[in-house]
Amino acid sequence: MSPYVNLSTWISDEGPEQDVVLSSRVRLARNIEGIAYPNNARKEELETVTKCVQEAAKNINKDKLHYINMDNLPEIEKGLLVEKNMVSPEFAKKGSKNGILLNNSEKISVMINEEDHLRIQVFMPGLQLNKALDMADELDDDLESSLDYAYSKKWGYLSACPTNLGTGLRGSVMVHLPALNFTDSIAKMLEAVSKLGLVVRGIYGEGSKSIGNIYQISNQITMGSTEKDIINNLESVTQKIIEQERRARNNLMKNNEIKLKDKIKRSFGILKYAHTISSNEAMRLLSNVKLGIDMGIIDIVNTRLMSKLIILIRPCHLQKNVDNELSAEERDIIRAELIQSKLNV
Amino acid sequence: MLCQRCGEREASVHFTKIINGEKNELYLCEKCAEELGHISLQGSDPFSFPSLLAGILSPGLESSLKKTDNHIKCDECGMTYEDFSQRGLLGCSDCYKNLEDRLEPLIKRIHGNNNHIGKVPKRKGGNLRLKREIRQLKEEMDKAVEKEDFEKAAEIRDKIHELENEIGGE
Repeated sequence: MSPYVNLSTWISDEGPEQDVVLSSRVRLARNIEGIAYPNNARKEELETVTKCVQEAAKNINKDKLHYINMDNLPEIEKGLLVEKNMVSPEFAKKGSKNGILLNNSEKISVMINEEDHLRIQVFMPGLQLNKALDMADELDDDLESSLDYAYSKKWGYLSACPTNLGTGLRGSVMVHLPALNFTDSIAKMLEAVSKLGLVVRGIYGEGSKSIGNIYQISNQITMGSTEKDIINNLESVTQKIIEQERRARNNLMKNNEIKLKDKIKRSFGILKYAHTISSNEAMRLLSNVKLGIDMGIIDIVNTRLMSKLIILIRPCHLQKNVDNELSAEERDIIRAELIQSKLNV
Repeated sequence: MLCQRCGEREASVHFTKIINGEKNELYLCEKCAEELGHISLQGSDPFSFPSLLAGILSPGLESSLKKTDNHIKCDECGMTYEDFSQRGLLGCSDCYKNLEDRLEPLIKRIHGNNNHIGKVPKRKGGNLRLKREIRQLKEEMDKAVEKEDFEKAAEIRDKIHELENEIGGE
């Protein structure tokens, strides 16, 4: 087995508040004037968009972007992009004149012909929303210097779906909230957060109970505030959630120390010695171990390793390690092997 | 519990919509829920944007508009309002102009306002961008004056003059 698939630096690098925030993302929706939106465009129009955007990207000297044509991309490579949350599953499935521009660190990506002509995205490790916004803003300016964006004075940047109108900005943070989940405070938080114009959803799972205690928080409203205000609102609410999560962790330690340590170390033991493990079980246990690392209960592995493993244990990433196609049972075995090789320090 | 709409059949669909923090709960039977467009029993995803969109529009807003209005069409791309309410996506940027009357109330409901105050494209925005910048600088200047930081206020004032000249010069 090769060591493992290379991961984007925004997944493996250190970042502020990484005990709770795995990563930050900023996305801008943009469209080119005079061309129908992808859902309503002819093939030639989609090709024109791709050509124009590629041409515009050539003007960017600072951070070279390279183009990947989704039409010709093998399924497994598409899967890797989806598992890293860099493209939506719908975008990967589409496969009609769509593509993506990436820089080397994969912190910057531009989806072409998704729901809108352009979806500019910047990913950062930890809580770094403002930095991500600045980078996206700069890239947006660079692209605009040779693209005519669809824009109205009243409604701002026009988008295929009116929910993205105005700034076209969606900021989001991926947070790990095991203690709030143990203490059943998640529902309360969900409600409070929705009142502040934000949405929370569990990723890697259905509904609000997320697998691995990982949630994504993002702004819902894109019009009527400046970009800075939208991001600052999201950031300050995230800070509050971080505070609550840390408090819940301390309370767990104070009131349930033995039970907590037992749960964390048992999880570590299973991950270390299991011969076969499903994706759901692994996610649950990795979440416990990450909590243990972030609380100083386990100190022989690094917290970023957990962020990496959460991605590396997913089906396409596992598949990438071996040349032949894997059955579900085989995947569970390879998954257990991979986790062990990472935890044996 | 009985359906809150027809009051006849057993309610089996619990629908919660939260718009700008305002929570609305509805208990409906399947038939009414489907009629109102809250769920599509044939469709795959009851929470897809179009079905939620229909939820936002009905019943209050939808009933105040004539059914025929749904056939208004974008001259540029041919998309009708009805197409849009089924797909949840507009066909082109001109749809915003051509379907403006129908879209305006919807956009207001989604965002709670109807006015973009954020970024302006550099090239296309022209004066608008400068005007926004001036407005922001004026706010900063007021703050500096409040803090009695007159040196900074003067600095900002000069910057404002510069920008104003730029607009005048065009």
